[in-house]
Amino acid sequence: MNNGIDWRRSLTGFAGLMGPPLGWFLLFFAVPMAVVWAYSFGTNVGISDIEISGTFANYARALEPLYLGILGKSLAFAALATLICLVIGFPVALAISFAPPRLKTWLLIGVMLPFWTNLLIRTYALIALLRDEGLINHGLELAFGWAGFEPLRMMHTNFAVMVGLVYVHLPFTVLPLYAALDRLDRSLLEASLDLGAGHIRTIWNIVLPLASAGIASAILLTFIPVLGSYLAPDLLGGPDSQMIANVIERQFKRANDWPFGAALAFMLMYLTLFGIAMQSLLKRRERPE
Amino acid sequence: MREKPGLLDYARRWPLQLWMWLVGLFLYAPLAVLVLMSFNDSRRTTQWRGFTLDWYRKVFEDAELVQALMNSLTIAALSTALSVVLGTLAALALWRFRFPGKPLVDGAFSLPIVVPEICMGVAMLIFFARVMPWPPGLPWPLSLGAIVIAHVAFSFPFVAVVVRARLGSFDRSQEEAARDLGASQWQAMWDVVIPHLRPALLAGALLAFTLSLDDFVITFFTAGPDTLTFPVKVYSMVRFSVTPKVNAISTLLLLFTIILTFIALRLQARAETEQKH
Repeated sequence: MNNGIDWRRSLTGFAGLMGPPLGWFLLFFAVPMAVVWAYSFGTNVGISDIEISGTFANYARALEPLYLGILGKSLAFAALATLICLVIGFPVALAISFAPPRLKTWLLIGVMLPFWTNLLIRTYALIALLRDEGLINHGLELAFGWAGFEPLRMMHTNFAVMVGLVYVHLPFTVLPLYAALDRLDRSLLEASLDLGAGHIRTIWNIVLPLASAGIASAILLTFIPVLGSYLAPDLLGGPDSQMIANVIERQFKRANDWPFGAALAFMLMYLTLFGIAMQSLLKRRERPE
Repeated sequence: MREKPGLLDYARRWPLQLWMWLVGLFLYAPLAVLVLMSFNDSRRTTQWRGFTLDWYRKVFEDAELVQALMNSLTIAALSTALSVVLGTLAALALWRFRFPGKPLVDGAFSLPIVVPEICMGVAMLIFFARVMPWPPGLPWPLSLGAIVIAHVAFSFPFVAVVVRARLGSFDRSQEEAARDLGASQWQAMWDVVIPHLRPALLAGALLAFTLSLDDFVITFFTAGPDTLTFPVKVYSMVRFSVTPKVNAISTLLLLFTIILTFIALRLQARAETEQKH
């Protein structure tokens, strides 16, 4: 296979093409990331000076029960939100991949449009529904007001955060699931149905195993962004529904403990990179080349 | 015509149809309510009191909000221009050349796509506070430089992905023919390869624009105290009060996103039909 020309044959061409993006990437992504990494081994000296002392104290503090608990809670939130997205999203992806072409396009647009919409606006839209005096409570009061209905307290709870996480990330699950289901060999499904297996059994025994790599990739593609979520717990959650990103933000904007914040940020990075490594392994298994 | 659904016609079986309607409701009801309430003649956002465009007038009377919107649109435009150039260069370099460490560079360029926003935000905060402070007091739009830089850093890899996918369908013999006919390497690139990329460049530009306009977390961390951007302004409004003014401004942005999405889809559809011919 032709993998392009050797870079030494056209040094100026190579430098001209690769130089600007690589330079931008190194200066404005790799260097800042490296500085955060270095800070995660630093100590506060005075009010605004940070000395890179090579200490592991920040990581040790990040592993204290309080912060480990928040990390554990973030992982649990992300796992639950991913599971709910998967349960809601799988039938949607199935229906889309078997829809007639014209309808399929519209359904895909329907899933993608919220995905393109500003995250802040989508979270705000949920606030208007979930508030004590919001639309859901208002509707419930109209229906059950005669029975002495008390408004449900939904805002600033873990429930609201979970609704927000699922609402925001559902397209992240549906699109990869759709891509996996759309590639399936239909004749295998027809064979299973012809031979007398029911729809549920066919989905369970044929579709799920065949699409397993795609499903795993949908899980990771949902899990990774949920884990780093900032806005949903910040705007919808209460004091006990803070996730790791909120704690990181606090270290930088309020507590002013940058080295510790950097260590927390890198804990999140390590988890993310682990997830990405898994994802690329899965991808390789999905399409052996 | 109500025939029995085919064996695999899952989209026409009622349990799935019901499910699709429910999910559609879940995805769109909050947005529909948001739009509806922006026309509501009441400060309270629950009861319908009649139609008004007052909130839209109030949005445009709010000088700070308009300034924030102008800043964000300017940032998005600058970031898009730079991202398209850098992303295209990166895609071309990775497509055209074989060099040591290519898989490494390839993987590295996809990092800004997957890194959690909060981590990148933190990185930008430290970078512009300690490593390369952006000079204060620069004239507009130079004062937006730090945010533009941050936006380009996470947008150009998306453009590179889109452009590279399009390069996959390029017939290299066309470029060779141009070279045989006496075009220089650059001429061949400019006159043969770039025109083939046009739909991808437009799609990538729209993607970069939306990414920049939508970003909250990274901007929140990069923005100095004196640069007000639209998401940061809306965030502070949302934090402190829920007023129909926020609904009005959100509706405007929603409309803008819908238009951009449809343009992107039209371009994609056109590129696909072009490819079939």
